[in-house]
Amino acid sequence: MSFWKSRREIGKAGWGRTLFAGIVSLIYFFPVLWIILTAFKTRPDALAVPAKLFFTPTLDNFERVFVRVALGGTEAVDTGFGLFFFNSIFIAGVSVLAALVIGILAAYAFARFPLRGNDTYLFIILTTRMLPPIIVIIPIFLMFRVTGLSGSYLGIILLYTAFNLPFSIWMLKSFFEELSPEVEDAARLDGSSELKVFFKICLPQILPGIAATLVFALILTWNEFLFALMLTGTETRTVPVAMARALGGELGVDWGLLSAVETLFIIPVVVVTFVLQNQLLRGVTFGTVKR
Amino acid sequence: MAQQASATNGAPAPRREEGFLAAFVARRRGPLLVAPAIIVLFVMNIFPLMWSFGLSFYNYRANRLREPSFSWLRNYEKVLTDDTVWERLQTTAQVVTFSVLGQLIVGFLLALLFEKAFPGRRILLMLVLAPMMLSMAAVGAFFKLFYDPTFGIVSQVSRLITGEPLALLNTQWGAMMGVVIADVWMWSPFVMLLVLAGLVSVPKYLYEAAEIDRASWWRRFRTITFPYIRSLLLLALLFRTIEAFKLFDTIYLMTEGGPGSATETISIYVYRVAFQFFRTSQSSALAYILLFVVIVLTNLYLYMVHRRSQET
Repeated sequence: MSFWKSRREIGKAGWGRTLFAGIVSLIYFFPVLWIILTAFKTRPDALAVPAKLFFTPTLDNFERVFVRVALGGTEAVDTGFGLFFFNSIFIAGVSVLAALVIGILAAYAFARFPLRGNDTYLFIILTTRMLPPIIVIIPIFLMFRVTGLSGSYLGIILLYTAFNLPFSIWMLKSFFEELSPEVEDAARLDGSSELKVFFKICLPQILPGIAATLVFALILTWNEFLFALMLTGTETRTVPVAMARALGGELGVDWGLLSAVETLFIIPVVVVTFVLQNQLLRGVTFGTVKR
Repeated sequence: MAQQASATNGAPAPRREEGFLAAFVARRRGPLLVAPAIIVLFVMNIFPLMWSFGLSFYNYRANRLREPSFSWLRNYEKVLTDDTVWERLQTTAQVVTFSVLGQLIVGFLLALLFEKAFPGRRILLMLVLAPMMLSMAAVGAFFKLFYDPTFGIVSQVSRLITGEPLALLNTQWGAMMGVVIADVWMWSPFVMLLVLAGLVSVPKYLYEAAEIDRASWWRRFRTITFPYIRSLLLLALLFRTIEAFKLFDTIYLMTEGGPGSATETISIYVYRVAFQFFRTSQSSALAYILLFVVIVLTNLYLYMVHRRSQET
């Protein structure tokens, strides 16, 4: 009995439970809702005491995310957030794709051609992901300083590739392990080459797994803060770091603006989570828990 | 090529001669496929770790030009006898305990709520899962706004009830609770997912049998439900402990470890030692002690994963 597909049973519990669960969910969701509401408030409304639940919505904040009218002037100045959004997308995109390609190869090998000491390798790989980033950041900071990689796209992309690899390998391995080797062996007996077996038989079967891995790695990278804080420069800054810096403004924090940034920032993640509900559990446990 | 069917385990070479390279590739298929991953991880993770392991035996500051000098185990001695380190570890233990405990309780209750199917469950579940998808940095930043004594929604609600504004982040315990609440809010859905997975795995006929026996709610829970979710709860506990141990972004943005050092967990402390005081080698030694803790926890986690996969 699958948990997610029990639509037929829906009628049984009835609307009473829906009402109760609805209230609880709304309370739980309230902080996020408040951020979204704040994004549509004018500055006085955002800081109004008592807080306003009803107000005239404005899109000002969203406009100010990208262009700011300089004090005393009428000229629009670029706030840099356009660049930061681009950086977040570019850095996360490239590093996740790289990790995925390398990860698929490794996961296939770990699942199908176990090495001597397979489990030890897998353990070390998982450990690198469980490490507090603060442990790794000290030597990486020094390493980047020596090699001149700090503040460059290449540096942070390489680092994020390594950061995404353990997750990708574990997750993809769990998908490969679900395939039955018999089909592959049958294809081999029929004269298919190893490459053909891999591309024509294995890959198509784990496409959903690849999609899920891609998305979860994207979310992890999308939200990463500490590495980005230490290792990106003005040109390569990502959105979380830019948001943290906006907290230290001299004229007080512009919460409307920050909320607008965050609202834009979470849209892709929320959409994707909704689509991937079925894979959610596996994704958040690195593929170690399947159901 | 047909003969390669026997090469599934990577051992035997193909019988037909296809030149040295092809034979080599066929025999070393596993290692070759894994190599790129191992190389990337070695360069970006293992090598830096070894570097800092080396550094932890030297006397080195990243902001000075002076040559590092070898100091044997001095750094470890300094770190282990430092009262501040023990205080920070205690703070960390408190944050981890409260936070993980809170997540287990809230997550469990949420799972009970969402266990049975009802109209609109998919959408409502989405609302509850949303916090988990935010960045921890954003959660830290916005909870700081919610806790703000003047404008914050928390303080305004408290003013309605008690008549006084609440400056949660200004007191020692308040700040710790503030951090813990944010973390519990963010990660309880994770525990909920795991518990739901456990609840679904309970065979229906057991409940039907219990119904016939008129077993009480508590007895049903203790003898039927709990055994099925026990291993998943343990997994959640370990996973969240490892993650809570790493907690950095939220605290850094919400309190920066303050007021005083009330919420300065070991991660924040390592950050300070490394990048504000620039005692690079000392922070490396400290990081290695943390590494040990994480390795032990990860081992336990995998052991539990293994045991669960054998159970089912």
